[in-house]
Amino acid sequence: MSALVVAEHDGVSIKSGTLNAIAAAAKCSSEVHVLVAGMNCQEAANAASNLTGVSKVLVAQSAALEHGLAENLALQVLELAASYTHVIFAATAQGKNVAPRVAALLDVAQFSDVTHVVDASTFERPIYAGNAIATVTSEDATKVLTIRTSSFEALTGTTTTAPIEEVAGVSDAGLVRFMGQEIAKSERPELAGAKIIVSGGRALSSKEQFMETMTPLADKLGAALGASRAAVDAGYAPNDWQVGQTGKIVAPDLYVACGISGAIQHLAGMKDSKVIVAINKDPEAPIFSVADFGLEADLFAAVPELVSKL
Amino acid sequence: MKVLVPVKRVVDYNVKVRVKSDQSGVDIANVKMSMNPFDEIAVEEAVRLKESGVATEIIAISCGVTQCTETLRTALAIGADRAILVETNEELQPLAVAKLLKAVMAKESPDLVILGKQAIDDDCNQTGQMLAALTGLGQATFASKLELVEQRAQVTREVDGGLEVLSVALPAIVTTDLRLNEPRFITLPNIVKAKKKPLEVIKPEDLGVDVSPRLKTLKVSEPSQRGAGIKVADVDALVHQLKDVAKVI
Repeated sequence: MSALVVAEHDGVSIKSGTLNAIAAAAKCSSEVHVLVAGMNCQEAANAASNLTGVSKVLVAQSAALEHGLAENLALQVLELAASYTHVIFAATAQGKNVAPRVAALLDVAQFSDVTHVVDASTFERPIYAGNAIATVTSEDATKVLTIRTSSFEALTGTTTTAPIEEVAGVSDAGLVRFMGQEIAKSERPELAGAKIIVSGGRALSSKEQFMETMTPLADKLGAALGASRAAVDAGYAPNDWQVGQTGKIVAPDLYVACGISGAIQHLAGMKDSKVIVAINKDPEAPIFSVADFGLEADLFAAVPELVSKL
Repeated sequence: MKVLVPVKRVVDYNVKVRVKSDQSGVDIANVKMSMNPFDEIAVEEAVRLKESGVATEIIAISCGVTQCTETLRTALAIGADRAILVETNEELQPLAVAKLLKAVMAKESPDLVILGKQAIDDDCNQTGQMLAALTGLGQATFASKLELVEQRAQVTREVDGGLEVLSVALPAIVTTDLRLNEPRFITLPNIVKAKKKPLEVIKPEDLGVDVSPRLKTLKVSEPSQRGAGIKVADVDALVHQLKDVAKVI
């Protein structure tokens, strides 16, 4: 029996979180299949067939699958699930939206945000904002998982092109209409997979100051931009920049926190970063308790100076 | 229009929980418990729908121990009309809660169910989606805006990279994200009023639902602790550390 990874793609390429999900799937089963479901997504299927660790690609195409609606995608997965021991999603907005729907239709429990595969039916996952790690198991026939992308390094190494099999695309469940989307176009790396992240907090004090201060640093470092919940709530940064327990969970090589005090909910989203830098003028800020390098300074002076000296 | 709002009693978000020394779980004896913050947003949204004349009745529901009554009273104080407690001492997992909610939906026939996207204790983010699957209804998760137009819910959702807008046929399941609204402060007169609102207690057996847990927790352990590093004197020292010591840039 094998594991099925439900891919995220843009029709042409496969999103980075899927690579992490494949790595997690390889720890659950010796054979990993990838489902590429969508509309006009042959190119993405071709891309998936060249990924390390993939032994077969299933491609399902229909108009109902075009926008990744949970109702339709879950039905598609359900049609295939009986042949698999594991159905695995990246714990992205899409994975979190669809996976529980699949699990409920299969009448099985779901393992959310798995950070470690102990064995094929035992997994570790953080609870209470990462303040405790639960080791959990189930006797359900199919294990449905979302995996924390930052906990599984994408597989590398040579690979042969996996065969691509076409499966019939489902028809529309007729419950939901896709009305549109506003996806920010950015030259910057994606927050979830970035090697370097610079993140700003409430101390930035306005949207203009946030952008004026943080953007040059992000540009200089080739970094993604992030923000604390306080900064997002205040409207200084867009919603999807939020790093934390209920936002994005990240683990870049370098995380630079500017004017972020370090509430436990924020720390939950970034404390697995390899190197953490904190710039904050409050010497008591909890962020310093997790920072490798702390600079006690006014960020409006320190950040521009840092930009000029890098 | 009838709105059902499930609420969960969780350890307050300000509490840093401790793992028990025998690794059987976290110690929640004598810690402050509150309504899950995302559920508070859900109640607030339902109350705003009622205030704007769209909703006619709001039913708050909680599944769990007797003390969930307090959480329900909070929902009633925010503005829910009546409450249901599905009382059990069993450890409830998302699939079981979704089954209980499905059974209650069959009796109450709500047009809309608004849930928090995630509980801040188990961090599962599953119940709303599971309920939608079990009832065969459409779902709009991680909502940052909700409007009701012509028997459909138009929902703006927070997705990776931006926003998405879906139109879901009613009855629909919506889960809240942080930016949907800012819950009001509860006033004393409303707390007093809440005590007089009806609160019905039922058991999972009354609903014919098997709530036994599917996931078995083998142990709960401390996460690896990250030690504090060093403080650097100035920007030059920081650049030196990053370039020459940590070699990350």
